[in-house]
Amino acid sequence: MSLTPAIKNSLFLLIGVVFVLIITPTLFPKSYYEPTGLTYAPPSWQHPCGTDLNGRDLLYRILTGGQISILIGCCGAFISLFVGTTYGMIAGYRGGFLDSGMTRFIDILYSIPRLIFVLIFINAFNEHLQKTAHHFGYSWIVSSSRIIILILSLGLIEWLTMARIVRGQTLSLKERPYILAARVLGQNHLTILWRHLLPNLTGILLVYMTLSIPAVIIDEAFLSFLGLGVQAPQASLGSLLAEGASALNPLHSAWWTLLFPALLLFCILLLLHQLGNALRKIRLYPHVSY
Amino acid sequence: MLLVLFCVVSITFFLIRLSPGGPFDSERKISPVIEHQLQIKYRLAGPLWRQYIDYWNDLLHGDLRISTKYRNRSVSEILAQTLPVTITLGSLAFLLALSCGIFIGALAATHANSRIDHAALLLVIVAISLPSFILGPLLILIFCVGLHWLPVGGWGTPLQLLLPAVTLAIPFMAVIAKLLRDSLCETFQEDFIRTARAKGLSETALVYSHALRIALLPVVSLSGPLAANLLTGSIVIETIFHIPGAGNFFINAILNRDGFLLCGAVIVYCALLVVFNFLVDLTYLVLDPRIRNNGENA
Repeated sequence: MSLTPAIKNSLFLLIGVVFVLIITPTLFPKSYYEPTGLTYAPPSWQHPCGTDLNGRDLLYRILTGGQISILIGCCGAFISLFVGTTYGMIAGYRGGFLDSGMTRFIDILYSIPRLIFVLIFINAFNEHLQKTAHHFGYSWIVSSSRIIILILSLGLIEWLTMARIVRGQTLSLKERPYILAARVLGQNHLTILWRHLLPNLTGILLVYMTLSIPAVIIDEAFLSFLGLGVQAPQASLGSLLAEGASALNPLHSAWWTLLFPALLLFCILLLLHQLGNALRKIRLYPHVSY
Repeated sequence: MLLVLFCVVSITFFLIRLSPGGPFDSERKISPVIEHQLQIKYRLAGPLWRQYIDYWNDLLHGDLRISTKYRNRSVSEILAQTLPVTITLGSLAFLLALSCGIFIGALAATHANSRIDHAALLLVIVAISLPSFILGPLLILIFCVGLHWLPVGGWGTPLQLLLPAVTLAIPFMAVIAKLLRDSLCETFQEDFIRTARAKGLSETALVYSHALRIALLPVVSLSGPLAANLLTGSIVIETIFHIPGAGNFFINAILNRDGFLLCGAVIVYCALLVVFNFLVDLTYLVLDPRIRNNGENA
């Protein structure tokens, strides 16, 4: 399998962005993450992206916000991949009573607007987790308990789509002749799932994995935009966007507080989507000539 | 389906009642006597299972109770005022996304690997990477604050409707177009397409009457979740564009721990989605003869 230029380019850029997000904030002088007296200073050499309402340097805030967004996205997507694939394959392959039960369960979870699900989850478990972590002396959990819970709950939300797609695909794949042939040859169900169905699902799994990282990032930004996600003093790109949107008014608009977080989030999402797309071209549907 | 609604109501009720913090928590401490009176007025007193059964009793009589935040306004009154706005916005965006998405997807698939395909793909990727909370403020920045072409927010005139509906529709349009293009490309390799081509069918008829029917399946299976996402997406749109829809009350209900309003909103949202999912299942049967026949053979 050779990598096409499109994959190389987007992978290279993506690694570059992640590298910049991780490394650069540590290189900043200390004065950068302390408030200055300038509120809403426009972009200048001193502050390339301007400053925000409290006079903090926006570039530094965007970079650290991007770190948090990407962290939540990757971890959440991995959880969703694992849960969703297992659930979807079992439901789609077994069929019958179990399948309708499991599908109904997904329907129920779907019908709960996700917001409520995550919010309740955060509220109900944030204090419990903090107390437990404090009890066992893990202070790093206490300070970032909200992010940990966000990752868990977003991962446990996103698998619904993954499971539904895997189930639908399994449902139509298992009607194909080669599954019948495998069954006639006497292979057991586990082998058929692992050896025959999973390889045929990898394409779509890969696509939805690369699609669910940005999906989790979007969900997180959505929650933070509404003020229900990552809380101050920590910031993610979503909460920075919300600050930018609220700074927007016809008289004196601080456009940079909106534009730069939007631009970074857009770039991250664009690169991830581009990568997923390029990967799909070589991995998915090998029998289709593109 | 009634079972689904039952579970949803139960889960929502218990999650709200069991999470820490109550609807009467405020900066000022209120005396236990007054708090007890309030609890009796809003029927929140007594053991939890009692409250639960009471709530069901009211629900079955068509009473969604009164809001604990917006005093003296009943939940059904609030929902009756705000829901039509949300539904109008949502259905408009859904139709927009579906029609544009199918058109772009079909166009890209029929011209696979041409310049049109690449342009469509680029458009799709850019659109997917612009969720409503990025696109909305940016569009406001450009069209309202910068160019003064459109009103910033509000509700009522078609011009005010334009920007929110487009903002809501664009990411979903992209998802539909992308999915349809790929599934069409796969469908083109199937035997029945070769047969149809061999018997001399025109390319247009081939795409729109034979291939699209099968290729729409992934799109249909996605349209259920899509509708749910539209509902949640409309919440953020309503916040950005200051639209008096149900979404604003939904957010406030969460922040104020306004349990009955939240429950009421969830019930109505879920009822909508359950009906929609049922329609999706029916569409599945209509579209793919392979799935339809499967039930008869078994």
